[in-house]
Parts: sequence; structure tokens; C-alpha cells
Amino acid sequence: MLPYVFRRLLQAVPILLAVAALIFVLFSVIPGNFATSQMADGRSNIDAATIERMNQQFGLNDPLPLRFAKYVGGLATFDLGDSFRTRQPVTKLIGERLWPSLQLALAAMLFAIVIGVPLGFLAALKPGGWLDMFSMVFAVSGLSLPMFWLGLLLMYAFALTLNWFPSFGYGDGDPRYIVLPAIALGVSPLALLARTSRAAVLEILHADFVRTARAKGASAYRVMRWHVARNALVIVLTTLGLQFGSVLGQAVVVEKLFAWPGLGSLLVDSVTWRDIPAVQGCILTIVLFFLVVNIAVDVLCAVVDPRIKYS
Amino acid sequence: MKKLAFTTALTFAAFTLQAQAQEPRRGGTIRFTAPYGASFVSNDSHVSNQIQDEIYGYALHGMLYKWDAKNGKPVLDIAESVQVSADGKTYTYKLRDNALFHNGRKLTADDVIWSYTRIMDGSKNYPGARYVARIVGATDVQKGQVKEISGLKKIDDSTFSMTLTDKADPGYFLFQAQTAILPAKEAQAAGFFDKPIGLGPFKFVEHVPGSRMAFERWDKYYLAGKPYADKLVISPMGEAAARDVAFRNKEVDVSILGSTQYVAYKADPNLSKGILEVAEVFTRNMGMNPTFKPFSDKRVRQAINHAIDSELIIKRLVRDKAYRAASWLPLSSPAFDKDAKSYAFDPDKAKKLLVEAGYPDGFEFEWTATPNESWGVPIVEATIPMLAKVGIKVKVKPVETSALGGVVVGGDFQAYIWSNTSGPDSLTALKCFHSSTPRSSCNYTTFKNPAYDKLIDDASNEADPAKQLDLLKKANAFLQEEAPVWFFNYNKAVLAYQPWLHGLQPNSTELALQRYEELWVDTTSPAAK
Repeated sequence: MLPYVFRRLLQAVPILLAVAALIFVLFSVIPGNFATSQMADGRSNIDAATIERMNQQFGLNDPLPLRFAKYVGGLATFDLGDSFRTRQPVTKLIGERLWPSLQLALAAMLFAIVIGVPLGFLAALKPGGWLDMFSMVFAVSGLSLPMFWLGLLLMYAFALTLNWFPSFGYGDGDPRYIVLPAIALGVSPLALLARTSRAAVLEILHADFVRTARAKGASAYRVMRWHVARNALVIVLTTLGLQFGSVLGQAVVVEKLFAWPGLGSLLVDSVTWRDIPAVQGCILTIVLFFLVVNIAVDVLCAVVDPRIKYS
Repeated sequence: MKKLAFTTALTFAAFTLQAQAQEPRRGGTIRFTAPYGASFVSNDSHVSNQIQDEIYGYALHGMLYKWDAKNGKPVLDIAESVQVSADGKTYTYKLRDNALFHNGRKLTADDVIWSYTRIMDGSKNYPGARYVARIVGATDVQKGQVKEISGLKKIDDSTFSMTLTDKADPGYFLFQAQTAILPAKEAQAAGFFDKPIGLGPFKFVEHVPGSRMAFERWDKYYLAGKPYADKLVISPMGEAAARDVAFRNKEVDVSILGSTQYVAYKADPNLSKGILEVAEVFTRNMGMNPTFKPFSDKRVRQAINHAIDSELIIKRLVRDKAYRAASWLPLSSPAFDKDAKSYAFDPDKAKKLLVEAGYPDGFEFEWTATPNESWGVPIVEATIPMLAKVGIKVKVKPVETSALGGVVVGGDFQAYIWSNTSGPDSLTALKCFHSSTPRSSCNYTTFKNPAYDKLIDDASNEADPAKQLDLLKKANAFLQEEAPVWFFNYNKAVLAYQPWLHGLQPNSTELALQRYEELWVDTTSPAAK
């Protein structure tokens, strides 16, 4: 297993480089740069000499291949460069934001797993029943609701009307602050998990080995516990991995809305101000997180299902 | 226009009287919001030129001057007195004896000189350099030719002199947080900006990036008895809808309102009691590029001003959250002429002017605009049918907000729509149309007129403030006649505040910038204790 994990980690390197190259190219073709973006609100006049000095200071006058080579050189030593906007190392900025983002992603996924998986399992037991209908309506709605709108709805309902939770902010350990953003972020993966679980259970319930187990007189509990749940879990885990990885990227909207101090809001600000090193750092971190989570899920799948071998 | 000015003045007066009616109370927490989207850039106020960062800068720092919102002018902040030389270029400051940094050390002239020198560090490109650059020798430091600003001289520990490159009131450019005075020795220590110290009314406690910055009262602040509140928490909240919920839920004490919320708050009997409106020093306008042939003719530019029903757009689209513009200088500008009349909506006159200019069938132009709801694509779209009626066709060229500055400075436009600062210093604002001012500075329409230049030059050299004001009024009227831009509106900033928050100031330079030492919360605040 260890060589497999090592190999997968090595495979992540070209992926990260490709992502870094893509961001570089994209940011070189879109209009505007860091210096001129500071005039966006019409308050600041930045003269041409200052713009030129800034471009020189940040190496923006260098040819793109040279800039990219410098950046990759930095990456090799885990140096993500300095943010144009804050003049601080990007690693420091990401370090400040990573833990709140992980907290939010974990809470959102916990919410999605605790509700979504049992809902899908229960719905599959009586296809066409009221719970099945409810879970599918919920799943379709959950997948199609815009996160921004959902977040606002939660604020109005649970903060303003019921006054159960604060509407924004980071509570430094006070769990009430994470509830609404976690729900807003967790509804979409919840819906997907419910659908996936339902489909997986339905498929397995009709499999030969389940019919055999029933014919052998195994109790309903035993069939569910040992045959259905275990087999469905591999499918659920795979979905979970994909969702967990992408939740960090999807948190952009939620973090801005709830003033949550995560990577998402840093990414939005950095894009707005054309702070290329910070944008690259944030995206690479999110991609890396996605890759690591998916490797972990593959390993977990092998643990759950001994038939899966990585050679 | 008179009516608008009168209403604004009345609002200020009523607000001031209300604030003065109660005795300030000590204690409690002020929960402020920073509404301009982004997180605070860093804990270093020299690094950012964004208003968002200035919002916390006013709590943490002291500057040489501060903006007196009630009287609409800069006044001394960390200095107790100033003497001006006969030529009006050298200012000698005596610093306050009781101005202490948050570590208890007394402010000295060295701190001021070091701070300004730091801002001019050419390798850092701090945004405040554009203000400090007006001191003699400052640009030499920026170019790396010398290490000290020759125009700054220490006389003794609490006295220094400052010589300017031209005659100007330094108060107008040394009150921003980008020119904050830092403790020279301490600020050079490693880790200083993890827990910065300043001279301001509140001491830094913590910064949770993207979520909040927290402060506590600086008991030895140089204004006796101030600040009133024990704590101050500023939360960056860029989403207007989220801010609205937080405000209605009484989690924050203030909220800057957009057009939609402005209508909703005004219609609400409770919320409408806590609204502060100010004519800010920003002019929304359509700049016209004279290199695009029709726009080189004054009559065409005037025709555009007559062809657009600006008042209708302000009423319907901007929801009355703006004041109709007459010329460049805004309502709150000292040189604003209260008798000035805006261009009348008169399509017939517009047509006539176009015929005179040689465009009887009109023409087509490309209009660069961002998605901004108050001065972007939605406004342009509203003008299209109006301009079409006089034969002018418009092709919208949408750009992203952060790209507009580059497009305009690069001259890559036929016309653009923008909101530009037009104050608080009338002379500086009008100099943007002087022929010696390049497009890259602020003469975006590359306006050039010798008669206008003379008015500005005369105003610059005029020692008598009343005469100078008169010249500036004439220059502003001249600009209206020449119409280098379509004068659309002056921004009306609106701040909603909770009934328990007192001491807010009608700051026309930016309403979200408040002197926190003046604010206090009464016992009805949820954060009164």
C-alpha cells in the first residue's frame, strides 16, 4: 500500500505544475494587473511611473516563461512567493486561512454524511415510499439551490427570525458560528451523498449475493450490515472523497457571505486585485487538498473492501 | 440643486443636534463593519490604498492631520500647532506633548520623519508615496538617490519642519491612514506588524483575516476622556445582503447601504430613524476621449449632456441615492457653486448642437463600462435609447471593475463611465483637468485649454483664500461649459446606524471612515457592557 501512496503523491507533482501553468497563462491574458486594479474604485490615481515601478518590483515586465520558471523554482523549495497585495509570504497567508477552511469543510461534510448517507440508505429500503420521495426531492433541491441564496435563506431563518445562531463571523471555537455556513456548504454534498447511497443500496439489494444470503436465512439486519452496507460503502466513500476535496473550493461563496476567515475569501480577494502569487497559492493548496483526500479515500476503500488491491 | 444642498445641510444640522443632545457614555463595544468587499490587506496601514484598510487605520493610528467632518476640512491631529512660512511652502509643526504610542513611548519628530521616509521607499511602492511626494526631496528617496527627505528637518524632539514642492495645504494629503505615523524604532523590529502599535484611540488586540479586527481602548490617548468605548470590533462584510441581516439582527452597529437597501430602509418606520446621508466627494461621469473625432468638439460633448435625462436615471435606477451633478466639484466641495444649474435634459438642443458640430445624422461610439450598478453597464443601457433619439448610437464595451483603471490610463477607450474622486481639496480635484496633468495621473480625458490652465495657475498662486475660492468656482464653471465629461451625479453615501450608537460624523471624504474616539454606545446596546 505504501508504494502505491507514494506513487500517487508523485503523480500529484505534474498535476500541480499543470495547474500552476494554467493559472499563469490565464492571468497573463485577462485584462488588468495588480497596479491598475488598485484604481478600480476611482479613488486612487496611480501615475504611470508608479505602475511601471510596481510592475518591475513584482517582475510583471519579465517574459512569461521566465516568470513561470522563477515560480516553479520557488515551488521546488516550497516558496510560494510574496503576495503583491499584502507584501507577506503567501505561505503565511495560507497558513492563517487553512485551519478555518478545514474546520468549515469538515463540519460541512460531517453534516452531509450524518444526514445524507442514512437518508439514502433508508430511502432505498422502500423505493417509491414517502421517505424515498422526500429524499429525492430534497436531493434534487439540494443540488440545484445556489449556495449564496441558500446561505442568505439560512441567515434570515435561523439568525434573524429564530435568533438561534449568529449570522456571521468566526467564533474561535464557539460552535454556534460554524453551524449556518456548514449547512450552506454541506447541503449540496448531502444531496449527492443521499442520491449515491440510495442508488448503491438499490443496486446491491438486487445482487445475487444478497439474494443468496437471504435464501440462507440471514436476518434483515445481517443482510444490511454485512452485505449491503459494506458493499455500498465503497461507492459512498468514493463520492465522499470527491465531494470532500471540492468542498474547500466551493467554500468561496460561503466564506465571503458569512465573513469566515478561510482560503475561499482570500482567493476571491486575490483574484479581484490580480494578486497572482496569492491566487496560485490558494488554488494549488485546494488542488493538493483534493488530491490528498482522494488518495486517502482510495486507501480507505481498500481497507473496507479487501478485494481492492493496489499493485 | 439648491433644494438638494439645503436638504443635505438640514440633515447634517439635525444629525449634529441629535448627537449633541446626549452626554457621551463610557464603556461598551462598538461593532463596526468594513463594507468594501475585501479582507483587510494586512496590519500595516502603509501597504494598502484601499478605503477598507483605512477603516481600521483610523482606530489604530494617528496622522499629522485628521479630517474634521463637521466643518469639512483637515485639522491637526498629532501636532498641536503649525507655523507657515511667508512663501506658504514651509510648515513647522510642534507635536503634542501627550501623544503616546500604545507601548507608552512618547511620539517624537524622528517617528514622523522615519514614517514618511519609509512611505517613500522606492523598492516598496507604498501607495501613500503620492501624498508624501509633495515634500521637497521625497522623490529623491523614492529613486534611491538619497536616504533622507531633504524637506523634512528635525528641530528638536517634538518639533520639525516640512517644506513642500508647491504651495498647498498639506492637511488635504496627510490625513489618510496611508500616511500613519509609526514608532520608528519599534516598527523595524521583527514581528512588529503581527501586533502593531500606533498613536490612535484604540490598541490592536487581534486580526482574524477575513473576519474581524479587534481593538481595546488606549487609556492614554491624547484627547482627554476619549475614546468612550472599551472595545471596537471591525468586521469586513462585503456582501450587502449579509450585512443587512447582521444589522437587522443587531449584531453590528452600522451598515453602508446600497440603492436597493436605501429604498427599503427609508420605507421602514424603525430603520428610517437611523440613516445618515452625505454627499461624498465623488463624481460619477462619462469621460470622452478627444482623439475620437466627434468628442474633440465641445458641442458634441454638450449635446451628450443635454441628451441624457440624468434625473430620471438617478430617480429610477440609482433610487435617489445620488445628487444630480452640475460640474466636476461635488456638493460638499468648498468651491461648489450653489447657484450652478445642471445641464437641462433637452434633446432638441442636443440635436441642434450636433447639427452645428457637423453630425446631423449622429454618430456611433464605444462606451467602456464595468458591471457596477450605480455607474456601470446598467446606467449605460438606460442612456442608449435617450442618445438614440438624437442619433447617437452606443456600443457597450463591458470590462471587469479591476481592469477599468488600466483601460482608462492606457487611453484605450472612446468613452468610459467611472466614479472619480473630486475632493476634498477643490484645487487638487480641478488640477486633474490642467493640461500639464497627464492622463496617467488623473486627466483621463486629456483635457487641454489655456484659459482653464490660467484659472488653475492663478488659483494655485493666490494667497487670499477667498480669492482662491472665487477662481476655483470660475474654473469649475468653465469645466461645466467645456463638458469634457457627461456630468452624471455626485455620490450620496448612506450609513444605517443603530439607535444606541452616537457620535457618527458626516464624513464627506468617505462616510465609512469615522473617528472612533467620537463614537459611543448607550445602555440599550446589546454590547453595552
